[in-house]
Amino acid sequence: MIDYILEMKDITKTFPGVKALSEVNFKVKRDHIHALVGENGAGKSTLMKVLSGIYAHGSYEGDIIFEGEVCKFSDIKASEAKGIAIIHQELALIPTLSIAENVFLGNEQAKNGIIDWDKTKLKTIEMFKKVELHENPNTLVKDIGMGKQQLVEIIKALSKDVKLLILDEPTAALNEHDSEHLLDLLVDLKNHGITSIIISHKLNEVTAVADEITIIRDGMTIETLVKGQDEITEQRIIKGMVGRELTNRFPKREHTIGEVFFEVKEWNAFDPLNNSKQTLKNIDIKLRRGEVVGISGLMGAGRTELAMSIFGKAYGHNISGRLLKNGQELSLKNIPEAIRNGVVYATEDRKHAGLILNDDVKRNISLASLKKLEKNLVVDANKEIVVAEEYRTKLNIKTPNILQKVGNLSGGNQQKVVFSKWIYADPDVLILDEPTRGIDVGAKYEIYTIINELAGQGKCVLMISSELPEILGMCDRIYIMNEGRIVGEMTSEEACQESIMHCIMESNKEVS
Amino acid sequence: MKRVSKLFKGNIRQYAMLIALVFVVVLFQFLTEGILLKPINISNLIQQNAYVLILATGMLLCILTCGNVDLAIGSIVGLVGAITAIMVVTWGLPVWLAILAGLAIGLVIGAWQGFWIAYVGIPAFITTLAGMLIFRGLTMVILNGKSIAPLPETYSFISAGFLPDFSGYDHINILAVLLGIVGSIIFIIGEILDRNNKKKYNFEVSSTTTFAIKIIAVCVVINAFTYSLALYKGIPAVLILVILLVIIYTFITQKTIAGRHIYAYGGNPKAAELSGVNTKKVLFWVYANMGMMSGIAGIVFTGRLGSATPKAGFGFELDAIGACFIGGASTTGGIGTVVGAIIGGLLMGVLNNGMSILGVSIDWQQAIKGFVLLFAVAFDVYSKSRSK
Repeated sequence: MIDYILEMKDITKTFPGVKALSEVNFKVKRDHIHALVGENGAGKSTLMKVLSGIYAHGSYEGDIIFEGEVCKFSDIKASEAKGIAIIHQELALIPTLSIAENVFLGNEQAKNGIIDWDKTKLKTIEMFKKVELHENPNTLVKDIGMGKQQLVEIIKALSKDVKLLILDEPTAALNEHDSEHLLDLLVDLKNHGITSIIISHKLNEVTAVADEITIIRDGMTIETLVKGQDEITEQRIIKGMVGRELTNRFPKREHTIGEVFFEVKEWNAFDPLNNSKQTLKNIDIKLRRGEVVGISGLMGAGRTELAMSIFGKAYGHNISGRLLKNGQELSLKNIPEAIRNGVVYATEDRKHAGLILNDDVKRNISLASLKKLEKNLVVDANKEIVVAEEYRTKLNIKTPNILQKVGNLSGGNQQKVVFSKWIYADPDVLILDEPTRGIDVGAKYEIYTIINELAGQGKCVLMISSELPEILGMCDRIYIMNEGRIVGEMTSEEACQESIMHCIMESNKEVS
Repeated sequence: MKRVSKLFKGNIRQYAMLIALVFVVVLFQFLTEGILLKPINISNLIQQNAYVLILATGMLLCILTCGNVDLAIGSIVGLVGAITAIMVVTWGLPVWLAILAGLAIGLVIGAWQGFWIAYVGIPAFITTLAGMLIFRGLTMVILNGKSIAPLPETYSFISAGFLPDFSGYDHINILAVLLGIVGSIIFIIGEILDRNNKKKYNFEVSSTTTFAIKIIAVCVVINAFTYSLALYKGIPAVLILVILLVIIYTFITQKTIAGRHIYAYGGNPKAAELSGVNTKKVLFWVYANMGMMSGIAGIVFTGRLGSATPKAGFGFELDAIGACFIGGASTTGGIGTVVGAIIGGLLMGVLNNGMSILGVSIDWQQAIKGFVLLFAVAFDVYSKSRSK
């Protein structure tokens, strides 16, 4: 008799016009780490919302059996009471409150309605030990990094006597080091009797820690792979997710690399919030025509800061250094000037800084190039539609029509809208910051294809990515950044995961 | 039927408010036994509410930029009224010069507020709350607590005058009828050009019948309106002013790059900035413009009153803000139209006017307007949550 902590039987959930889940069966063994994988829109999040009571009992069909008992959760409180905790991709922490306050929010350690702060802090410190977090409980959540914030979320769940922990894309915003720590922690929790379900796009992590993997596609359970019985490889999982073999994750490209076209020289910048802190130190990089250049580094290395400081000083204080385009000195004082001079930057934070979510597809595409559509002071709305249609077809943006709000599109299609916007601005130099973050495997391939096409047209592409396989698979040349400096440069032949990590570690030694 | 529902889905709030406006008009027409739509009362309605419509147009732009409001406009109305009245009455300057000066003062005050909001980064709420106190105070200082009157008729022409008729008929104003016809023709030509342009790009256009019905309906409304005005004294000068402003600002917000930038900023300031929108400039000009619009409203209101008083304009900001939100503007910015704000303003105006005719006391009117604002926005929140 196998001991299942959770069984979800024949779960069907329909939204008006769409069947999001159709007779999904999902079983989780006690004290296991169970991974739930599938492409965006496959129904993973919906399934977890059903489980945690966000979609109340009655709004779906099927049964949830948790610890041998049929559960009818009316809301998230009801599932929490049973010991199910869900940690969303967007963390539910209050940045301006301290760690201790956040941990016990809604579960305050009070006596007669008066909060016992000593007890709160003491308990928080006890929890810190379990997750190996070394922080002061009084520190504000906004002052600690993403990795630590993730740990605070976990502590918060643990403080409520959780039995089943659900993590939605827990490592999406973490660097390799923090991700590793988090995954180790999950294994540790498993040994202490806490079962977890992780939803992740990072298949290397899934294969590393999961005991079982359930794949869902188009709202249906495809299969469950069990460690030790089935073959567990990334290839195998991808096959299940997309329904076919994806033989090559990175499209092939003709490498026709031209002369040096764009140069950044002796580039320095200071933190705008703390003017004495230098965040970019003496950076020199060169981009050639038709070349895809990667910047690799840990979170906080200064990659985004570098990109934004080049993009019309969108980041930084007291920036010094020279920019050369085609041998000509370039001065980009603000963003409009950067765009005019053919230097564009696609942000890592698509939703908050890349798109106007309540606006439609066409207006998002045209936003950076309205001048091109202007005729006698008027934005030519008809021409705008034609342009948007052109990019919809060219980049294969999956949307009912171009009047759809971009907020309703999937991550991959949103990213294609961002790309359309910048391609329409006709740049020579594209800086892409985490271009495939939060995008599923199939759409990633399409994004890579677009990047290759851009390089093929002779444009310079500078790509920042935290995913080493992506950097290695896509780039002709890689700069390695650490602590605001370029600490290494490798060709695609020289580079591998080990050599890059080694380079970063070596530079750390030099500094200390 | 499907097409109709599709049409409504696109902008349910604005259509809903248009329907509400029609409903309120019909209701009061019935309750007041036909007084509401008498030619004299229609003229009255326009002249009474012109200042709210002007202010609402400017305020809409402020609200589009992330739901910011300008609380100082009532005080600016008072101050501009006071200064222009002093120029005309005390100093004896020509009226046109005083009016120009009034606009310039409004613009400068707006620029002052825009500077603090856009370039120093003080929240609009604080800046304009300060402005409300500063400019009200200055108004009282300038007027020394007294009213200035009487203003010459030339000053009051914009707000209380009518376009002179060229024909000699007593009982009907030919100019008004003609303007109605000219307006209809311009509308028809515009619609046909737009339709042909769409056809040129092979876009879907409505069927010829629907198109014809729409045009006929609008033309009937325009001509009925101007005919009814013609039966009284003709076209009020201020109507031309309001229509011009509505056309200009609809054009700016819907057709120009500046307008796009305002909507983009309201939708997501960070994304707009990273797409090359000069966000500070947008904010600055939105408030500078609001100042100028307050100047215009100041001149209109002072003219209608015939005197400048220390309390003039008190609470106007709330009427303008209310009009925008009733007319479908979003409290978080990025959504709303000039026409919507105008509909909101008219709805409030008709309510005011209708209740006054019925003899409802000012105190009750205030309370009822409050309920209307609350329910209109509640309806919006409800319909949004349902569409999700």
